[in-house]
Amino acid sequence: MADITVDARGLQCPMPVIKTAQAIAKIDSGQTLEVIATDRGALSDIPAWSKDMGHSLKEEFEADSEYHFIIQKS
Amino acid sequence: MTVHELDTGTSEDPEPTADATPEKEKMVLIAASGDLDKAWPVMILATTGAAYGMDVTVFFTFWGLSILKRKDSGITGEDWRQKMLSVFHPGSPNKLGLSKLHFAGMGPKMMKGLAEDHNVASVQELLELAQDMGVKLWPCQMTMDLMGITLDDMIPGLDKPAGAGSAISLMKEASISLFI
Repeated sequence: MADITVDARGLQCPMPVIKTAQAIAKIDSGQTLEVIATDRGALSDIPAWSKDMGHSLKEEFEADSEYHFIIQKS
Repeated sequence: MTVHELDTGTSEDPEPTADATPEKEKMVLIAASGDLDKAWPVMILATTGAAYGMDVTVFFTFWGLSILKRKDSGITGEDWRQKMLSVFHPGSPNKLGLSKLHFAGMGPKMMKGLAEDHNVASVQELLELAQDMGVKLWPCQMTMDLMGITLDDMIPGLDKPAGAGSAISLMKEASISLFI
């Protein structure tokens, strides 16, 4: 279970990345965050953002047409 | 003085202090269009750049200035030509037109309706978000003078009006610079 969850369901580009960036600022290094999105662009955007920011994408899966990403803050 | 001496002279930058935060990467966007379909990507990239932890500056020039105009700015300028420009192109995010398929305002209406149905953030929302995220918004002084637009005609919270020199100085240091 992630430390915090970002519900970006229904939001379109660029909001999933922006909500994720705003949320990760609130947690400590090593803590995890789960992003749930429905925007198909998030499939490439969230991993790209995580990699660029140096955070690690621990898990990525699809369930009920929703995309889940577990990111650990660097 | 030889070139070598010049080089060593300029390389003596002050060492960053231990507690100084590393300097953020810079992104500069030149917003030169007042079309909705240009203003939108400008604001999307500006907010996303801020989400990437970048120091983002948007320089608004020519019709791009209309993105910053307040919706109640009314007829602006002193000269009749400036006034006419403001009547035909009043500005503020909700009054921007489309570069193609404008159809006397039907196009933007349809586009905004679609955006709402698909839950795409509006230019107005993204502009507010950009300000919240610390994106710097620079109006171009020359275009303000040319069009008769004052700081009072524009939204609050803008940076000091600047010119091409400031834009170039910033772009020289930026890792991303785009003219939209």
